[in-house]
Amino acid sequence: MLRQLHGLPGLLAALLLVTLAATGAVLALAPAMDRAAAVIPAAGEVSVAELAGRVVEHYPGTEQIVRGPSGGVIVYYSRDGQPGADLVSPLTGEGIAPYEPSAFFTWVRDLHRSFLLDDAGRMLAGAVAAVMLLLCISGTLLLVRRSGGWTALLRPLPGSGGKRIHAELARFAVLGLLLSALTGSYMAAQRFGLLPETSQIGPAFPAEVAGGQPAPVATLSALSKVDLRELRELVFPYPDDPQDVYSLTTSDGFGFVDQATGELLKYQSRSEGSVIQQWIVSLHTGEGLWWLGLILGAAALTVPVLSITGITIWWQRHRASEQLPDNADVSQAEAVILVGSEGNTTWGFARALRASLHQAGLRVHCSEMNALADHYPQASMLLVLTSTYGNGDAPASARRFMARLSEFREGKALKYAVLGFGDRQFPNFCQFALDVDAALARKGLSRLHSVELIDRCCASQFSEWGDRISELIRTPFSLTYDPLPSPTVKLELVERSDYGLAVQAPTSILRFEAAEQRGWPKFLPRARKALPSFEAGDLLGVIPPQGQAARFYSLASSSTDGVLEICVRKKPGGLCSGYLHDLKPGDRIDGFLRHNPDFRPAVGNTPVILIGAGAGIGPLTGFIRKNTKGNPMYLYWGGRNSQSDFLYQPELGRYLEDNRLTGLNTAFSRSDERAYVQDKLRQDEIAVRQMVRTGAQILVCGGRDMAEGVKQVIDEILKPLPVDVETLRAEGRYLEDVY
Amino acid sequence: MKKLFFALGLAIAVALPALAQAREVTFTTELLNYGGDGAYLALYLTDASGKYQGTLWVAGEKSKYYKHLRGWARGSRLDPAEYDGLTGASITSGRTLKITLDLDDALIDSGHEVRIDTAVEDLRDNRADVAVSLTSEGAGKPVTGRGYVRSFRYDF
Repeated sequence: MLRQLHGLPGLLAALLLVTLAATGAVLALAPAMDRAAAVIPAAGEVSVAELAGRVVEHYPGTEQIVRGPSGGVIVYYSRDGQPGADLVSPLTGEGIAPYEPSAFFTWVRDLHRSFLLDDAGRMLAGAVAAVMLLLCISGTLLLVRRSGGWTALLRPLPGSGGKRIHAELARFAVLGLLLSALTGSYMAAQRFGLLPETSQIGPAFPAEVAGGQPAPVATLSALSKVDLRELRELVFPYPDDPQDVYSLTTSDGFGFVDQATGELLKYQSRSEGSVIQQWIVSLHTGEGLWWLGLILGAAALTVPVLSITGITIWWQRHRASEQLPDNADVSQAEAVILVGSEGNTTWGFARALRASLHQAGLRVHCSEMNALADHYPQASMLLVLTSTYGNGDAPASARRFMARLSEFREGKALKYAVLGFGDRQFPNFCQFALDVDAALARKGLSRLHSVELIDRCCASQFSEWGDRISELIRTPFSLTYDPLPSPTVKLELVERSDYGLAVQAPTSILRFEAAEQRGWPKFLPRARKALPSFEAGDLLGVIPPQGQAARFYSLASSSTDGVLEICVRKKPGGLCSGYLHDLKPGDRIDGFLRHNPDFRPAVGNTPVILIGAGAGIGPLTGFIRKNTKGNPMYLYWGGRNSQSDFLYQPELGRYLEDNRLTGLNTAFSRSDERAYVQDKLRQDEIAVRQMVRTGAQILVCGGRDMAEGVKQVIDEILKPLPVDVETLRAEGRYLEDVY
Repeated sequence: MKKLFFALGLAIAVALPALAQAREVTFTTELLNYGGDGAYLALYLTDASGKYQGTLWVAGEKSKYYKHLRGWARGSRLDPAEYDGLTGASITSGRTLKITLDLDDALIDSGHEVRIDTAVEDLRDNRADVAVSLTSEGAGKPVTGRGYVRSFRYDF
């Protein structure tokens, strides 16, 4: 519900919102510009009487003096029957420049207020402001739910791609946008009578005045008591009308001044409503609060990007939720697939699974988990695919699942398997999938396969799970699904260095460049396609020629290095690693890049501890190579034998010399010392603990077993401290890239 | 354009000694392209010394802005009884306001003046944008305003 509340109005209003935000950002500059052009005396330096006296010397036909919210003083006057207006200096009363409201700003303001459509447009603009308000509130609630609590909002946000950009920007801008939207909606509601009018008309004109000879304005006592800073507006009496008066408006109230006696007549203080009204206008426009104006303007600038990323997210979700063709009936189904999904990503996987099973000749029923039936008479297997929402909660399409499960009447004949989808960076990774698995077991069903958890939509993991299910049910099928197919780039291998053959761990550093187009005449300017932009720690996806699901390799270089470098260990029987290891310089492959912004060293001068084993050194070396500022970086790395698989040995030596790397600690398991990287960490226990205490960040890259071992050691090391790996992880200080 | 018949307010009727004959007068006010929101206008009568006598017409429906029509606001003291039934929409930049009223004969050639105060949001207020005597010779002769009024004339 919250999601629809955020998505639909956003989509409809996107264009209008972008217009309001872009014009708002331009208008936000006006108060700062006005302020820069104005001459502003100190408090108590100039009284209104002094100002008026000076102005009248230069402008005998003065009709009105207005002090703008930014402090500029404008004089409206008549000269030889012609009206004019000048910005004047309050210190001398002399004109600085003719005052003419900028036609550009006027136009932008009309566009902002009313889309140039007068009252009807104003109503629309007000409605758009209300939509913005709704978006800010629903978006904040969504973000809170997604990141698992209000305090989590201040920590680094997990996620990647458009969703991440949307969330990061929104988090930066939401307070400014909320303020703009709230004040904008309020003003519109007031204008159209939805809220009571609070502006004040001021007192009526005095019926009687002294009517004597007018005194010079500079001598009027009521005006000498008002400081220039309090002045809003002073309207002069009509010339040669002794019955007329000065009308005075200040920040505190309204009144009239007798032009003969200088007495203040019929003064009325500003009502509370009018003061609030003034504040609301200032908070919306930044008038008189130029710094706030600039902040609001910066916040407004995020709206176009938020709109584009928001629409993209909506579209991906929409695409993933298309209808299923020929879904078998509950009573007929041999296989049942239940889907728990919040953003529809899981549906994409479910559809791929359903299609494969259907192709293999099974009658498949696929539905959301909320639609769990009491009984599936013909079914022999139940496959549950579910994501987890926020802090271990059920996603939208599974929220009623646990309740319905109590009505479920099935016995041992039905075998089940749960497949969880999530992101390891979130706390309580795939918690709901684990809960469902346990709940089904309690129900007496037997497992076809133990619960499997898929990290970040990993396509290869999904396909491997499919292979195992296929074996278990003795029905041949294969699963291929990639939720985010990326445009591929052609890469040409330009260099390779091989290590580790002697210790049965063949590992190669492969360097690629963007491939040139073949058949392009040499004398023509080269149509070399530049590499897309990437950074060390991002991922290169490679699809092996057998057409299996893509495998991902962490990048050891950044696009500014001009080459794309990966470090690949050849796994026994590994399709993709074997394929890469067989490449010769000049060979070409298709690859695609996937950004992985969560695996990056923090900027700043707190220490960074890099821990890796084997080919996991790739991205870590990339980070060190980038560390030209010489921030403290320590590398712990484990290999097999320093003679055979010491990857990047010469390069790391250079980095130690030029301070890009502060300390290097290696462990070799097939040498005399027989040490693992965990042992080295334990040896340096005191230093590591001290660094964590001063705010160090830990990045781990390598195999799953190594990462698990490192996590245990770090937890042991941190025992004396009030933090552990999980708290560091929540603060973005313990990052893993594990395969 | 607007066509409206009306007997000028009670204030004038009382002020005048004898009930004379009424005459149909048309006031035509054309605005400049000043390029802002709709203008507020007050057309009113004064005596020769500029003292307010009565309201002819007020263009603009939000009374909270009426105080910017300064001369008229002062004279009428913004008493709703002064302008009740004599208001209409504000006038967009460049457009013309045409109103027809039944005026007492005695008001013509007796030193009375027609005045127009104008105001536009975020732009200057013009007190007596137009000030012109209501005479038989003056009828049909356009005059130029000093604010937002491009030309003003009355016909009878």
